[in-house]
Amino acid sequence: MTMFASSATSSMPILTWLILLPAVGAALIAILPKSMPGLHRQLGVLFSGGAAGLSIYVATQFDTHSSGFQFETIQEWIPTLGISWHVGVDGISLWLVVLTGLIFPIVLAGIDPHGDEKSYTAWMLMLQAGSFGAFLALDLFMFFVFFEIVLVPMYMLISGWGYADRKYAATKFFLYTMFGSALMLVAMLTLVSLSAGDGGLTFDLVALAERQALGVNTARWLFLAFAFAFAIKVPVAPIHTWLPDAHTQAPTGGSVILAAVMLKLGTYGLLRFGLYLFPEASVHFAPLLVTVGVIGIIYGAIVATVQGDLKRLVAYSSVAHMGFIVLGTFAFTTQGISGSVLQMVNHGVSTGALFILVGMLYERRKTRAIDELSGIQKAAPIFAAVFTVSMLSSVGLPGLNGFAGEFLILIGSFETRRWWTVVAAAGVILAALYLLWAYQRVFHGEPTDADLETPEMRGSEALLMLPFIAAMVFLGVYPQPLLERIEPSVDALVTHLEEHTDYERPEDVVIVPSDEPDSSDEHVDESESEEEDH
Amino acid sequence: MFAQLTQFESPPVDFFSLTPLFILVGGAVVIMLVTSLSPRPIPGWFSTAVSVAASAGAAVVAMVLWNDVRESGPYSTVSDAIGIDGFSLFFTVLVSLGVIATALVGDAYVRREHIAAPEFHALLLTAATGAIVMASANDLVVMFIGLESLSIGLYILAAMQFRRPHGREAAMKYFVLGAFSSAFLLYGIALVYGTTGSTSLIVIRERTSSLGAMVSPSELLIVGIALLLVGFAFKVAAAPFHFWAPDVYEGSGSPVSGFMASVAKAAAFAGLLRVVVVALGANEGDWAVPLAVLSAISIIVGAVMAITQNDVKRMLAFSSVGHAGYILVGVQAATAEGMSSALFYLFAYTFMVIGSFAVVSVIGWDNGHPIERYEGLAKRRPWLAGAFTVFLLAQAGVPMTAGFVAKFLVIKSAVAEEIYWLAILAMVASVITAFMYLRIVMAMWARDADVDDAPRLAVAPATAFVVAAAVAITLVYGIIPDSLIEFTRDAVPALVAGN
Repeated sequence: MTMFASSATSSMPILTWLILLPAVGAALIAILPKSMPGLHRQLGVLFSGGAAGLSIYVATQFDTHSSGFQFETIQEWIPTLGISWHVGVDGISLWLVVLTGLIFPIVLAGIDPHGDEKSYTAWMLMLQAGSFGAFLALDLFMFFVFFEIVLVPMYMLISGWGYADRKYAATKFFLYTMFGSALMLVAMLTLVSLSAGDGGLTFDLVALAERQALGVNTARWLFLAFAFAFAIKVPVAPIHTWLPDAHTQAPTGGSVILAAVMLKLGTYGLLRFGLYLFPEASVHFAPLLVTVGVIGIIYGAIVATVQGDLKRLVAYSSVAHMGFIVLGTFAFTTQGISGSVLQMVNHGVSTGALFILVGMLYERRKTRAIDELSGIQKAAPIFAAVFTVSMLSSVGLPGLNGFAGEFLILIGSFETRRWWTVVAAAGVILAALYLLWAYQRVFHGEPTDADLETPEMRGSEALLMLPFIAAMVFLGVYPQPLLERIEPSVDALVTHLEEHTDYERPEDVVIVPSDEPDSSDEHVDESESEEEDH
Repeated sequence: MFAQLTQFESPPVDFFSLTPLFILVGGAVVIMLVTSLSPRPIPGWFSTAVSVAASAGAAVVAMVLWNDVRESGPYSTVSDAIGIDGFSLFFTVLVSLGVIATALVGDAYVRREHIAAPEFHALLLTAATGAIVMASANDLVVMFIGLESLSIGLYILAAMQFRRPHGREAAMKYFVLGAFSSAFLLYGIALVYGTTGSTSLIVIRERTSSLGAMVSPSELLIVGIALLLVGFAFKVAAAPFHFWAPDVYEGSGSPVSGFMASVAKAAAFAGLLRVVVVALGANEGDWAVPLAVLSAISIIVGAVMAITQNDVKRMLAFSSVGHAGYILVGVQAATAEGMSSALFYLFAYTFMVIGSFAVVSVIGWDNGHPIERYEGLAKRRPWLAGAFTVFLLAQAGVPMTAGFVAKFLVIKSAVAEEIYWLAILAMVASVITAFMYLRIVMAMWARDADVDDAPRLAVAPATAFVVAAAVAITLVYGIIPDSLIEFTRDAVPALVAGN
């Protein structure tokens, strides 16, 4: 009843429903008996697809010219502690929400979990609900709850449906992330307790970010704790070792979600709870974070090159790609950060696609070892073609999505982090090296009898890949609809940094040129024409 | 001589305030009388029913009293020896709920182990009475009486599983070390009485706070406080005074272990809070740091020892040592916030641990609880495995469970007092402990477990009810904890004289 009552006004809590819908679906599936084959998965697609519909609705109704939070809902949750259910979406989180909305129904519909579909679907839906919650939360407590709760379904997915070494990988995944969040929890409580003013305690992100009540040194320590938690999640070298294990052992669907959605919690967290909450400390530690980001790019690429397992190779390529996102984030320019946000979506699409393809290859050949495969192209040309497109999108070929993001990141960083950017650009070449080399070994060459019998891509599989390929081309050719929604919020974030620190963005890289710098939000319209100049 | 006797006036007693105690003791008496006087054997469910009814009655009366206290303020009765305040009523409710859960789980257990049901339930009720007296005592001697009623009941309950070799060892160990720790406590009481001249907590608080203002406290008082701390640390199973706990939890019947880990621990914490934190609050400088150290040691020992165990009951025992450490994080903060966070933790932990031991009691029917026995439980009993998973994740502090909110609150109270080292240590150790909980979860949900020739597990309806209720409480207070937080905020010891 309340839903209908409030839907008349514009304050319908659509974002709350976005979180609740998959959660309700998970609960429903959990209580249904096991003896209805197929039904669980259909329901799973239905509920996650409903959430996808809602997320697209949010994107279409999103006000392009606003930099602030939209569709906000605030509801008291634990009033004795100043905790509220505060959700909202802005340009930084919007596309991650849409990505989360779209990728789950695709994964549920298209990828066979091989056993116990009921629990698998329920965990997947819980994961979707938790991911939505983490991306939409504007309350520190709420964010922490969702940031940590997503560990449970992911842990269950890896340990229940993964490959041989799944128990080790699942436990490592859980404990690494929990270690980071342990420190983050203490930092969060310190922040809240030290910021408590006349109004009492509050965990509200916006209130805390505007208050900026901490001393410089305290804020720096707290930033380090937050950044450490997110760095584990990203992951940056040298705390990345959980990722190759988790990715390799996870079932295909789990790997896709892990890469597309869960890694983004780290980079998203750095933006939302690093830069926004601790502007001074972010500026202070930016050289450190940019350095670990660039180390991740180079290290990930080199290690990926020498992998013998195709899935591990894709996993390490994630380390490299996420390094770019960290670099762009701490470039503190509108382009760099916008590129990072765009690249979060791009990485989800292209790495997700690669994981699905590697999964298909494994189903056909029961191996992922590069040196046991050869000349697949001859037996399965369509499969090889789809793989080529996905791979080139990951490499960053102009015209595909990877290019748009990496290019923005590199231009945006060049002004403020010149030498790091030079090194990072080498990472683009390395990406071409390891992916093309792997492609060459697997798909070219002289096929053995086993290779020749590799079945071609089926119609249903092609259907599964279609949205990925479409997204790669669309985002590569025309990223503007995304960027024009991302940029106002990013610009506001950079302005927030300038207001609270002595940092000033270099004037010539402002992608949204402003004659009056104090009203930068209103110049989004011109961004299209102005961007041609760069 | 005769004239003198007539002049003796008994202290005014507000009998209604003591009703929860009378109901519990009355229940025990009814069980013993009816079962021993009846010409025909009385079925076991009779004792269970009386036990549950008595505890439920006690809880209801406590809620009525709670309303009185909220309206007209806390008061004391029986010559100020028993305090009726939010704190004592909170523990009355908590202990009563703990007894209900233990009695229901124990119903199937006593039948399986051929233990005399009337004795089990009567002892449960008297032990619970002792626990409530401890939480209500405004006088050191009364508190000691409560402690002994609780302990003696528990000694016998621990010994009920005497047919098993471990059971005898556990009972002996518990009795000897329990008596040993009571001696420490008694010596501490004596020294505090010696320096302050009274056993009344109300008077002790007045005198120590005026002493503290004028001169430094005497060495004897510090020694007394130290002995009290050691005594309570034994009772709450805080390291390094925890050595009895793993053996006793392992050797006792699972419902009894659950009762010890929840109700007995809660009662000991109630005593600690009432005596040390409130009555001796002026001497905070003497006990806060030792408590912080005890807390840190317990958390580390609980975490490190738990992950090396292979027996699920021993794992839970060491994790219970760790949980005592987390509760101490709230206690050592020595603030109202810290105290209410400790109460929240005790409430949440009670249901997690009783639920866990209820599951353990279903799985284990003879000696030893190796983790291998839990492999593939999800295939045999998916709902039971799901419930145990909730309890374990709650103990690990995963959000959306009461265990997370509890941990969140104690850490928050430490951070508010700027005791960061303990907060960080506690959170990092929780990661280590999580490994142990995950091991059990992993075993239960193992996909490749061979469960075809495993014996069928019978879950009694009463046990299933307790498990389901404990899951519900753990999840509900994990998602909407506000009402419980307010309850614990009102539940602070008052230590006021008169009515």
